[in-house]
Amino acid sequence: MTDYLLIAILVMIFIVIFQIAKASEYVSVLKGEDQTRKQNNKINAFLLIAFLVFGLIGVWWCNDMFYGKTLFPQGAASEMGQKIDLMLYITIGVTGVVFVITQALLFWFAFKYQERDDRKAFYFPHNTKLELLWTTVPAIFLTVLVVFGLKYWFKITGEAPKDAIVIEVTGHQFGWEFRYPGPDGILGKKDYKLTKGANSLGVDFSDPASRDDIHVSGTVHMPVGKPIKFVINSQDVIHDVGLSHFRMKMDAVPGIPTTLWFTPLYTTEEMKVRSGDPNFVYEISCDQMCGKGHFSMRGVIIVESEADYEKWLSTQKSEYSTIYPAAGSDSTKAATPAVALNN
Amino acid sequence: MSSETTLHADVHATHDDAHGEHHHHETFISKYVFSMDHKMISKQFLITGIIWAMIGGLFSVLFRLQLGYPDSHFPILEDLLGHWAKGGKIQPEFYYALVTMHGTILVFFVLTAGLSGTFANFLIPLQIGARDMASPMLNMLSYWFFFLASIIMFSSLFVQTGPAAGGWTIYPPLSALGDASQGSKIGMDLWLLSMAMFIVSSLLGGLNYISTILNLRTKGMSMTRMPLTIWALFFTAVLGVLSFPVLLSGAILLLFDRNLGTSFFLSDIVINGKILPNEGGSPILFQHLFWFLGHPEVYIILLPAMGMSSEILSVNSRKPIFGYMAMVGSMFAIAILAFLVWAHHMFVTGLNPFLGAFFVLLTLLIAVPSAIKVFNWLTTLWRANIRFTPAMLFAIGFVSFFISGGLTGIFLGNSALDIHLHDTYFVVAHFHIVMGVASFFGMFAGVYHWYPKMYGRYLNNTLAYIHFWVTITGAYLIFWPMHYEGLAGMPRRYYDYTGWESFKMFAGLNQFISFVAMVVFATQLLFVFNFFYSIFKGRKVRSTNPWGANTLEWTTPLHPGHGNWPGEIPEVFRGAYDYGKDGREFIPQTEPIGANESHH
Repeated sequence: MTDYLLIAILVMIFIVIFQIAKASEYVSVLKGEDQTRKQNNKINAFLLIAFLVFGLIGVWWCNDMFYGKTLFPQGAASEMGQKIDLMLYITIGVTGVVFVITQALLFWFAFKYQERDDRKAFYFPHNTKLELLWTTVPAIFLTVLVVFGLKYWFKITGEAPKDAIVIEVTGHQFGWEFRYPGPDGILGKKDYKLTKGANSLGVDFSDPASRDDIHVSGTVHMPVGKPIKFVINSQDVIHDVGLSHFRMKMDAVPGIPTTLWFTPLYTTEEMKVRSGDPNFVYEISCDQMCGKGHFSMRGVIIVESEADYEKWLSTQKSEYSTIYPAAGSDSTKAATPAVALNN
Repeated sequence: MSSETTLHADVHATHDDAHGEHHHHETFISKYVFSMDHKMISKQFLITGIIWAMIGGLFSVLFRLQLGYPDSHFPILEDLLGHWAKGGKIQPEFYYALVTMHGTILVFFVLTAGLSGTFANFLIPLQIGARDMASPMLNMLSYWFFFLASIIMFSSLFVQTGPAAGGWTIYPPLSALGDASQGSKIGMDLWLLSMAMFIVSSLLGGLNYISTILNLRTKGMSMTRMPLTIWALFFTAVLGVLSFPVLLSGAILLLFDRNLGTSFFLSDIVINGKILPNEGGSPILFQHLFWFLGHPEVYIILLPAMGMSSEILSVNSRKPIFGYMAMVGSMFAIAILAFLVWAHHMFVTGLNPFLGAFFVLLTLLIAVPSAIKVFNWLTTLWRANIRFTPAMLFAIGFVSFFISGGLTGIFLGNSALDIHLHDTYFVVAHFHIVMGVASFFGMFAGVYHWYPKMYGRYLNNTLAYIHFWVTITGAYLIFWPMHYEGLAGMPRRYYDYTGWESFKMFAGLNQFISFVAMVVFATQLLFVFNFFYSIFKGRKVRSTNPWGANTLEWTTPLHPGHGNWPGEIPEVFRGAYDYGKDGREFIPQTEPIGANESHH
């Protein structure tokens, strides 16, 4: 009922505004169109300059309110992320200056050069020097930004260090799966046609390398300070591994594996302190629209000390042994030599 | 050239009589429905566009309701929407359908057809001095294909499984597999069919605009004397004609994948436990096809707004547009670059980083012509004598939004930064400001400026001023804070953020944005009301040239008939921007160069 009441009130407001507008139209006819135009001109010129002043104050105020909620104060949680933050700062600085100058000129000129009877517009159709000036100056600034941008771009998208810990990430509607290569350091082969029942990732268990692979869902553990390489897959539609705290992102595309790598700088516990949020948690957000559950496709990353990580890893059972507990004795035999070699 | 133009003049002279007779046979159907008069077709585009804009805007209010008030229930929604809003709460599937349709409607039906369709049709013949389009028949077909596309898209809202819900970019496999989403069932087929019709409409229109501008200019109207609106509409048409067919091919391949079992975009997929046989396709291929249109599309939307704002800024500044040739040149540069930057939408798809580097370079290169345009607009205002008509205010607003949104493009075009900002609210803020709001402001400026020519009446000024001030304030309040959400990594296209530790702190801001969005939407209804009311009851225009403008459309009678000029088409002797020259307020294009006139 209140909804309909609200609509009725809105309609009333509409009618009132419309009646005022209609009346003011009559008034303007009575006063003479020229007179009204001049009056409107003054009011709007004043409003434009007021808009500039309050707008700039608003920009400042908005920054004051929301800066703390961005990821800048807590800092990037990866080395590359810090470079991206630096670039963001530089770009905000450069564009910020341009923004203030151009907006100020726009509204100031509009106010200053409002129509007056004693003013004649200055005939100024072109000026090659000026035009060359504002072709070259932006070009120079942009060159600098491009050079820095590409330098970092190639670093970020370059090959992961050889000692990186490889973790396979698989997206599906609507969740994340992770696979560790296990003691042999090699991820076993997969074939999507083998996806069935408990073998939800379609791992090819005829490949010996797959026997010791570890599969976990939803939450992934990793050690701090070590490069981590994600090999990213999708089972159904395109997803995206969004790691906002690490300033990283990569699509998960069915049929075309992608990769990303980063080095976490802080453990989850350390980030709780840095962010001042006792509930802080590294989240993986799906950043590519993937269907009705897109908004709930959440993964969690636990970054911990290397010792904690190793401890956690040692408690994990291989996927093969959980799917085929009967064959367990077989697999341990097969896997033992590999473990021995690695250690 | 001169003999050719005289020939044209002759043809037109004989044409006149034919037109005179033609008027007697006009029936309601041939005048208002299947009209071949470019002015009527333009009104058809405009009114259809307004209806779509209201629908698209309403959809945004509905999904903002969910974003702003994720824990509330609105029983009225269930009354209106049935199972889509069970318990008075918009369901996720419906939310995604709303988001998808909002994007599709606004990008294609409003800001492409509604904007180009309206103003290319209305202004090209009037401003270049032509009786009508090169092919009035194709022009009429262009509207009716658009109408057909509209009907199909509209009907998709009422199918059992709902309209398309995979985002306006309809990336496969999500859009290819009915098992992946309700919206990818029949709704998606209707979407593709509708877009195919839409593309036909846009091609028919575009070819017509191009051939009209190239062939039917009146005597003396050389290309470099054309108003900037015409240049902008020309480049827009060229972009559309060259890029829309690529989307059509993508859409057709997607239809094949959906219905005929092909694997253009599908490979290695397990969905709902079902193993699909498709192998060897690439979903990324679709993105290339889509964005090869998708990026020029941004300029298809923006260029007409640029052209109209340039014209309106100059007229109301009583001053020539600064750097006419530079303005044309920068639009040309933008049009060329528009084709070479599409993959900047795909930096995080696993694109080869080396290839990405080229797209970074070319993308940021667009900032140069854009900067030239901005500084030229600013210089146009400098030492002017400005009249703040509603059209002028919207044109100033256009420049303001173009600056704000353009600058954030420098962040997103730089691939390293895009990794962090991609698909966050930063992107939402960026493209809504630079393409959505800015283009809407250009469109509003155009409507307020040319309404007297369209309907012979003025829009109500008071309502216009209220419309402007609420909209510019509201649009900044809505989209400015979104940059901060984006910098925090908040992903777009989420139905609910309350489950996320990293994003839930923006609940208050989301509520604020939703509230402002509703106020701004209500204000647009005020405009729509003003528009339709003034057609019948607006203050009558008494002078043929109410704004004191130089261009040819203001040399036509108050109510130009089919054929535009009752007598001969006027000859043109100068460019469109001789304002304030030699101490004269304005010198129409039809006035011969005086003996003592200064050269600038």
